[in-house]
Amino acid sequence: MSVAVAKPGEVKHNYLNAGDTVLSWLLTTDHKRIAVLYLVSVTLFFAVGGLLALLIRLELLTPQGDLMTSENYNRVFTMHGVVMIFLFLIPAIPAVLGNFLVPLMVGARDLAFPRLNLASWYVYMAGGLIATWAMVNGGVDTGWTFYPPYSSSYSTSQVTLTIIGAFLIGFSSIFTGINFIVTIHKMRAPGLTWFRLPLFIWAHYATSVIIVLGTPVVAITLLLVAVERVFRLGIFDPALGGDPILFQHLFWFYSHPAVYIMILPAMGVISEVVACFSRKRVFGYHFVAFSSVAIAVIGFLVWGHHMFTTGQSVYAGMVFSLLSFLVAVPSAVKVFNWTATMYKGHIEFRAPMLYVMGFLGLFVIGGLTGLFLASLATDIHLQDTYFVVAHFHYIMVGGTIFGYLAGLHFWWPKMTGRMYPEGIAKLAALIIFAGFNLTFLPQFVLGYLGMPRRYHWYPEEWQMLHVMSSAGAALLGIGYILPIFYLLWSLRNGAIAGPNPWGATGLEWKTDSPPITHNFEETPIVTEEPYAYENHHHQEEVASGTGASAAEG
Amino acid sequence: MTNGHDTHSHIVPVKVYLLVYVTLLVLLVATVGAAYLPGHHTLLNNVIALTIAVVKAVLVMLYFMHVRYSTRLTWLWASAGFFWLVIMFILTLGDYFTRHWVPVLGWE
Repeated sequence: MSVAVAKPGEVKHNYLNAGDTVLSWLLTTDHKRIAVLYLVSVTLFFAVGGLLALLIRLELLTPQGDLMTSENYNRVFTMHGVVMIFLFLIPAIPAVLGNFLVPLMVGARDLAFPRLNLASWYVYMAGGLIATWAMVNGGVDTGWTFYPPYSSSYSTSQVTLTIIGAFLIGFSSIFTGINFIVTIHKMRAPGLTWFRLPLFIWAHYATSVIIVLGTPVVAITLLLVAVERVFRLGIFDPALGGDPILFQHLFWFYSHPAVYIMILPAMGVISEVVACFSRKRVFGYHFVAFSSVAIAVIGFLVWGHHMFTTGQSVYAGMVFSLLSFLVAVPSAVKVFNWTATMYKGHIEFRAPMLYVMGFLGLFVIGGLTGLFLASLATDIHLQDTYFVVAHFHYIMVGGTIFGYLAGLHFWWPKMTGRMYPEGIAKLAALIIFAGFNLTFLPQFVLGYLGMPRRYHWYPEEWQMLHVMSSAGAALLGIGYILPIFYLLWSLRNGAIAGPNPWGATGLEWKTDSPPITHNFEETPIVTEEPYAYENHHHQEEVASGTGASAAEG
Repeated sequence: MTNGHDTHSHIVPVKVYLLVYVTLLVLLVATVGAAYLPGHHTLLNNVIALTIAVVKAVLVMLYFMHVRYSTRLTWLWASAGFFWLVIMFILTLGDYFTRHWVPVLGWE
């Protein structure tokens, strides 16, 4: 592969070289720089969560709990969940890709409230550091769900501190959500009507709705657990006159929609990538756009499916079961429309497209196994087994991480001005896909056979499935490490990307890579619908010698 | 961000703020007073306390949070918060009120 290196004279003014002191980064209000701050932070927390996952899989290699005590095992899986969910999966796509792209895609100079955006990163870091401090000072052992009365009355671990951390991180989400909603309403470029918006924006709008309406509920709920724990005020503990089921209602009112906070932005990424590398407009644009809103709304009506076996009334269980089936409809609309977009398209199997293909397969498996769990009768058998663990990893890892990696590769040239190396990127995508399936497919079988989650002792006959799963986790680890190295390598050595290496439509591709601090030299005017790939010819769009095709050489 | 017609800078007279503040204090006294009503009217007390709380919340939203002078879009978002609260209440109570409809062995 030929590597084009920028000549000194060619260095243009952009957001990356706008200031090189540490303070210029820490006090920046540029949405692109804040996205980079988030990128570094979520990657670090992902590494922490990943190492904890490897510890779990190492422990489960043998049927005996021989690597760590049961108490420590409880701490390790709890902290894996807390770090991955609150510090990686929820902020990953909105705070990194969303922060970077929402203003660019709507043709604005920045988000509506740039200082609020910076505050969001500081609040996130404060929450993250408090949670980390709790981890190294005794850890937390309640499971990421913090169910009382164990969390409020019995656990001797650092529950209160972790809850304060999660509470703060919630506020960072809310700040980002408010910023996106106002920006999308108020700062669209001339001519950029709602139905000319990229589907990435629709997805982030729907995500922001969930964040703003749901996060306050979990924040106050977790705070109530801390209040009960510290002041012995009876809210959730029956011994103090409280009600533990009430906690579960309030907790899942947010925490189920939180899954859509993770997956909807990934779906936004998929829409962009699938259209670009099929060189077609997205099939059924309006349906895909409204399905995001539908998922945001219906996603709030299904939380009781986490409580079928925990004391909720049978009648409520039936209602929640029905509503849970309903949310599969807009999800399926998206999957069918993406597939129809690819139909008769000129498909290019670039690395982001490989992640999209992976996403489609894994999301379908994750979604369909969700229907098993939404059915009252089968859930009684499967509740709290590895079937559930496998199901939500298919959605959250197979969905969110594949979407995140697709997006990170797709917009890496825009963010850094450099191409990533295509060959090794494709290899990494394949390793991650293989590693992921090897890790989590056996867990469906384990769960069906009755292996409960959160246990580290198990009957010997299940060892082979656990060994497969652990081997897959090691492979997955290698797959995740590869992009860290080659993406860092590409910062200096990658081919110069040019403004639009993929010949993609969308305003973000109409400015330099990396963009200037204020994004556009002149406010762009939008005159056509999104994804008008039929009106554009790839070779015309890609400036000679600067496009991906030329760079790959 | 700041299209001329979107920048809505309604100036609220200090008198209005003071009036709302005094009303909130009066309602606070009313809440405490209602708790000392003779007899044990738990239900009545709850109804009175919650009604007063709602009135106070609405006053804060309308005046202190400027919703009264804001665009319809702001009204929509402010209402959405309450609508979602209603969803949470209805579905949660949907569980509590139906516990005895279908008895489950061992749950009683």
